[in-house]
Amino acid sequence: MTVALEMSDVTKEFDGVRALDGAWFRAEHGRVHALLGENGAGKSSLMNVVCGLYAPDRGSIAVDGSPVRIDGPAHARALGIGMVHQHFKLVRPFTVAENVAMANRLGGRWTDELALVAETIERYCGELGFDLDPQARIDSISVAERQRVEIVKVLMSGTRILILDEPTAVLTDDEADRLLAVIRGLAERGTAVVLITHKLREVHDFADRVTIMRAGRTVADEDPKALSDERMTELMVGSAPRSAAAARSGGGRVRLAIEELAAARDDGVAALAGVSLAVGEGEIYGVAGVGGNGQTELAEVLMGVRSALGGRVALDGEDRTSAHPGERRRGGLGTVPADRYLYGLTADLSVAENFGLTGLAAGRYGTWWVASGRMRGDTEAAIDAFEIQCHGPASRSRLLSGGNAQKLVLARELSGGGGILVAHSPTRGLDVRACAAVQSQLLEARGRGAAVLLISEDLDEVLDLSDRIGVLNRGRIVGEFERPANRHEVGRLMVGHA
Amino acid sequence: MIEFLANWLAFTPVFAVPLLLATLGLIVNERAGVINLGAEGMMLCGALAGVACYIEFGESTAVGMTAAAFAGLLIAFLFAFVVVVLRADQVVTGITIVFFGAGLTGLIGLRWNDTAIAGFRKLDLGFLSEIPFFGKVVFAQDAMVYLTIPIAFGVWYFLFRTRAGLNLRAVGENPQAADAAGIAVDAYRFCAVAAGGVLCGMAGGYLALAAAKIWVNEMTHGRGWIAIALVIFARWMPGRAVLGALLFGGIEALIPRIFAAGWPVPQYFLQMTPFLATLAVLVWVGVAGKRRSAAPGALGLPYVREDRW
Repeated sequence: MTVALEMSDVTKEFDGVRALDGAWFRAEHGRVHALLGENGAGKSSLMNVVCGLYAPDRGSIAVDGSPVRIDGPAHARALGIGMVHQHFKLVRPFTVAENVAMANRLGGRWTDELALVAETIERYCGELGFDLDPQARIDSISVAERQRVEIVKVLMSGTRILILDEPTAVLTDDEADRLLAVIRGLAERGTAVVLITHKLREVHDFADRVTIMRAGRTVADEDPKALSDERMTELMVGSAPRSAAAARSGGGRVRLAIEELAAARDDGVAALAGVSLAVGEGEIYGVAGVGGNGQTELAEVLMGVRSALGGRVALDGEDRTSAHPGERRRGGLGTVPADRYLYGLTADLSVAENFGLTGLAAGRYGTWWVASGRMRGDTEAAIDAFEIQCHGPASRSRLLSGGNAQKLVLARELSGGGGILVAHSPTRGLDVRACAAVQSQLLEARGRGAAVLLISEDLDEVLDLSDRIGVLNRGRIVGEFERPANRHEVGRLMVGHA
Repeated sequence: MIEFLANWLAFTPVFAVPLLLATLGLIVNERAGVINLGAEGMMLCGALAGVACYIEFGESTAVGMTAAAFAGLLIAFLFAFVVVVLRADQVVTGITIVFFGAGLTGLIGLRWNDTAIAGFRKLDLGFLSEIPFFGKVVFAQDAMVYLTIPIAFGVWYFLFRTRAGLNLRAVGENPQAADAAGIAVDAYRFCAVAAGGVLCGMAGGYLALAAAKIWVNEMTHGRGWIAIALVIFARWMPGRAVLGALLFGGIEALIPRIFAAGWPVPQYFLQMTPFLATLAVLVWVGVAGKRRSAAPGALGLPYVREDRW
């Protein structure tokens, strides 16, 4: 077997956040390499470097043994590197043939060339066992078919290193098995296949080699047959020492109840398929899971910005399934959204105005004229209580660091006094100190009797804070654990093929 | 009545051509994902350059139109540099170009202000032009009217029948996909803006050399803005742009006819009609637009390769 791709010491930062931190990777022709890791471990970033979309800050890449500097997608393609991205790079109003022709020049007059491309697509489809109509428009075919278009497109440009970014995430089980069989066939004919995934089953059944990444670093490169599921999960999620478990509390009267909740993503694909859970007074219920299993949709349905397709959401026993966000707030709900500046804060308003925003709507700061003095006073109290570092209540929220902005959101959402809080990835992107501050605020709120639903992709956070844990996988709660939960069992359910 | 109709229809192309040229230019821009609100400014620069060079270099309409195209190109380079290379906000930059064009031509144009010119002449196609009614309407237009037809066809052919046209539309629909396919997104956008500038400049030049036969400050009178609305009316299709331009050209051609006929309609109301019609078209598009919008997917969005969030 010859080495197709070798990367070493690759580092890439985005706005000061290290997505890749000295990662390395190696792939050989004729083999399927699984690249395994949690969300945000750096798998996609590493492969985006290979296909020329990201320029690495540091590190070296060698293709077929000779060192290269890949300076763009066109260059990567010329080197025989092709990637099927998780978000397909297809132009929706164009036909299948036009999309394939965009990336592949066959020469000749354009109209003849298009016909030739269509013919070639059909030939590839015959070889791969696909069924595609070259004249169909992309927006009229299914997700699985779009993926096949991507694969044909990439193969047609002479790809010998094929990278697939979580290809089975959008497929049904049957479709996934068929795709993986096709991939095996390609490897047997000499292609080096890189399969980015977080599913252990795929690694065991289809990969010859597995590279595991965690937090931007490569932590293992092994034969999957030599690794047990437990060992792989451990390498993926790490075995950071748990902080001293706070005493389990809660189990009081149920404040937030969700029954058989169903919802769809923007593109209509089902995201929640019957989620049921209940959060009691003085309790933190943690929702653990790999990103993309319905977390965002769950949080948005609870906030009231996405409509539920079925099921029930009740606050203190009252049905609020289709209430608008204001009604939910009056029902006692506070929300900490994952994207602070999308649903949380208005960047160009002052700290005090952002703090008072929800109170204003509830009429706490006057019904017609704004009681700005009171709002300012409350804001100052919150700045002290939550240790928000800023130049006073009048400073612009845009100038707050991520951690302080998050503390401001948290202070506001807890100030309503409703005592039900939905927090989605509340510490995402925060540094260690801000992270600890936010987490201790959540614990304090629980101590005061709040019911907290913590939706987080950070397993350590969920394990540390939650009194009960539900594992969200493919839009369902597939298991519930009481504190103290077994890390590996939670991890197995997260990545398992439930 | 027949004579009124013949006069009206005979005058329609003169007003339709500048609208069509500008609309075609904007379609090329917007198909590549760049929204160009600066059409008015580019047309003004084209109009002044056209008239000035016509007067200074031997009263040739060919020289005038070439100069107009070149002036549009220069302004388009400026616009493209700011929005494609520097990735500035396209809307704000476009509006800036309008005022820049108006101010610049006002300053430079003093020398040629209010000088009447002969400009484009109607062609005499012999016996064809003698045919009653049709001769006057179809076979007695100036050369540029006949030249605009292949230009419109050429834009359609380029966009929908060539690889470069497909690439350009891909850049406007989904620059991420185009980039991953190895298409140089910025180069396509830059060239599209340049081509759009040439067409807008020619639109202005023709307006001054054929329709107005004079240069006066801010003589485009909002036609650049009407062209922007026509792009939406045309659903970004060159063929429908021809229809839209004829419709609006017809409305504009009607105004002087009504004056000439001496009908008692308030002057300002008449001058308002093209804009009323524009508004009506936009309302119609909004109400009838139940199908998914035909607008390019990435219209107005700068493309940054490593933009993750």
